[in-house]
Amino acid sequence: MKEEIIIAGFGGQGVLSMGKILAYAALMNELEVTWMPAYGPEQRGGTANVTVIISDSPVSSPVLDSYDVAVVLNQQSLDKFEHKVKPGGILIYDSYGVHHRPTRSDITVHEIKAMDASLEMGNSKIYNMIVLGALLGLRDIVPMDAVLRGLKKTLPERHHHLMPLNEEAIRRGQALAAK
Amino acid sequence: MKEEIKLMKGNEAIAHAAIRYGADGYFGYPITPQSEILETLEELMPWDTTGMVVLQAESEVAAINMVYGGAACGRAVFTSSSSPGVSLKQEGISYIAAGELPALIINVMRGGPGLGTIQPSQADYFQAVKGGGHGDYKLITLAPSSVQEMADFVGLGFDLAFKYRTPAIILADGIVGQMMEKVVLPEQRPRRTPEQIAEQCPWAVTGKPHHRGRNIMTTLELEPSAMEVINNRLQAKYRIIEENEVRFQAYDTDDADYLIVAFGSIARICHKAVEDARAAGIKLGLLRPITLWPFPVDEVKRLAAKVKGILVVEINAGQMIEDVRLACHDSVPVHHFGRLGGIVPNPQEVLDAFIDRFPESAS
Amino acid sequence: MDNNDIIRPENKVYCRPALLTDNTMHYCPGCSHGVVHKLIAEIVEELGLQERTIGIAPVGCAVFAYNYVDIDWIEAAHGRAPAIATAVKRLQPDRMVFTYQGDGDLAAIGTCESIHAANRGENIVIVFINNGIYGMTGGQMAPTTLEGMVTSTTPYGRRIDLNGYPLKIGPIFAMLEGTCYVTRQSVHTPANVRKTKAALKKAFQNSMAGLGTSVVEVVSTCSSGWKMTPAESNKWMEENMFAHYPLGDLKNTTDQ
Repeated sequence: MKEEIIIAGFGGQGVLSMGKILAYAALMNELEVTWMPAYGPEQRGGTANVTVIISDSPVSSPVLDSYDVAVVLNQQSLDKFEHKVKPGGILIYDSYGVHHRPTRSDITVHEIKAMDASLEMGNSKIYNMIVLGALLGLRDIVPMDAVLRGLKKTLPERHHHLMPLNEEAIRRGQALAAK
Repeated sequence: MKEEIKLMKGNEAIAHAAIRYGADGYFGYPITPQSEILETLEELMPWDTTGMVVLQAESEVAAINMVYGGAACGRAVFTSSSSPGVSLKQEGISYIAAGELPALIINVMRGGPGLGTIQPSQADYFQAVKGGGHGDYKLITLAPSSVQEMADFVGLGFDLAFKYRTPAIILADGIVGQMMEKVVLPEQRPRRTPEQIAEQCPWAVTGKPHHRGRNIMTTLELEPSAMEVINNRLQAKYRIIEENEVRFQAYDTDDADYLIVAFGSIARICHKAVEDARAAGIKLGLLRPITLWPFPVDEVKRLAAKVKGILVVEINAGQMIEDVRLACHDSVPVHHFGRLGGIVPNPQEVLDAFIDRFPESAS
Repeated sequence: MDNNDIIRPENKVYCRPALLTDNTMHYCPGCSHGVVHKLIAEIVEELGLQERTIGIAPVGCAVFAYNYVDIDWIEAAHGRAPAIATAVKRLQPDRMVFTYQGDGDLAAIGTCESIHAANRGENIVIVFINNGIYGMTGGQMAPTTLEGMVTSTTPYGRRIDLNGYPLKIGPIFAMLEGTCYVTRQSVHTPANVRKTKAALKKAFQNSMAGLGTSVVEVVSTCSSGWKMTPAESNKWMEENMFAHYPLGDLKNTTDQ
């Protein structure tokens, strides 16, 4: 198996850490993985994106021109990555702040109202966990228990009491995807 | 013992690997995209465990001179920076080479010239492999293409530096510095004791015991005939390194009609381009020099005799291509593809460039 | 009386320090460097630190300092001695580490390294020879050159409007929290030589006690650069250099 994933949005939306949890989950599942961020000032308020490649064989290029899965969380990212999804691939987007919706018909497009869900849950910080849950609900990349172990690995020890909240958010995202 | 597999950035892997190697000291100044090396070392606090010294210097100039001082004491010391900072270090690197001191320098390259960009680049190839500072000297130059190699080359770099008493440089780039991958770290080794250092490095400046003469680390020699002797000794050493320390990796070169030569993380991108080319029926192979100096001259020569053309892919305006052309004496067409300014080409762009340069390959 | 009756240990009043080598010094007649070298050799011997002392030589007239004192040395790039000393001391904390620097090395090209090493409170000694001129390269202006002083790059005298003010770096060191002892001495009379020796000894002891950075500035002559006889140089120094660089302790936190 091989999943070539791009996750893109605003800096501060938790794009990089979402990718990191996926990467750790893959590691725990004894898969090969690369996590390649667009780094620099983009992390601070501008657009942020990360390429995560998960494979059962060694990964050659960490830099890609097309993706199996694109998770886009703002208009700029949608504009940038919609046409880079491989035919037959999937595009997941949050319509919050998106004015021009995706138009491609050769890929599967999923709209996820993760921002609304996070507001309902009363905590905008778990937004990226809802998105991650939706991604996992739509694509069987890594099993849930590996994701939870990956999450624990990326959370600093002092934040481990937030594990239940994060898990709840992931499950909420999965439920959104099932709709 | 089960291997301990971790997921981390290349920069973080360097910090972990150095502590585990038993390095004695790190001296550096922050600069993107390599600041995680210093940050990780400060977070790990090795002074409490192995006794390793970690110091944020006031400048790159100070940092490389701290390395010069530490190396003169026979200690395993290193520094890291990115392109503009490595330019600042060049004077000190020249002194370290002239003093025949073992030291490790890490350059996580970003785009230049000038303050440039913080995005990845390979534009410091010439600076690393042709000397960089003043005078005739060479740096053993290792080009990692994975996080695992970032970790492994710390130990390799130190070992080679001590074996030949000459500085080594890890020439990385922003991609492999910032990327996270799986890595198996080496086992923790103890730092050498002062007694072991005195035995292994009898030249080390450690304070003069009564049983030996003074150890003086100087690179000054005003007598031209004596300075020529020093230079000849350096050059003789470099010839030995060229004979013994060439490292490279080849993919699909056995039956290749065409060859890509690329180093560092760009070789990974080219590897994917080779896979895609093979899928399209083009017999393309890849040679990845691991040591940029000493350069794999013989392997390039050997492969050039078998293929119809060579594409050199670098994220610079064409630097390693000069060494490729020197190695094969232009016996086959050698073309270049590069992106500048911090832009990293993707595998499709590489393949498109290859077909553009060698249209007959697709027929 | 035979000479051998006179040359007896009980009659000895002075001898060359054991740690001064046999190498003939390259310094000009009247130069202060030789005296300061001798004092360092004496102190290292008296403190029993020969096996543990590491000197960092500068670029400048004292570039060959390593030829004269019988200890381990590192010859630094111009201005970088305090950075080198930092690493040497931190990697070998039980060693006595000192830099020996002139005004160009310490107060022009190496200002950054010297200020920061002192500000970190590195347990090193900085020996600073201030003769107001660049001796080694043939008498050019130093940061410490006095106003109106003629050098090869200020042939009509140093002008403040063109070249700025003579740099008093001693008080800057004194201001830093990392320094424990900053003093300004000279070696032009026997009394001053004795004071300088006491200052250097105190600085070395501070360093080994881990009290922070000690800076011993020695206001010095440069007969060749100043184009005067040694005697004239001493007089000129007293009348002009001391007016701008008055002798005495600038900071001493170690006697409290």
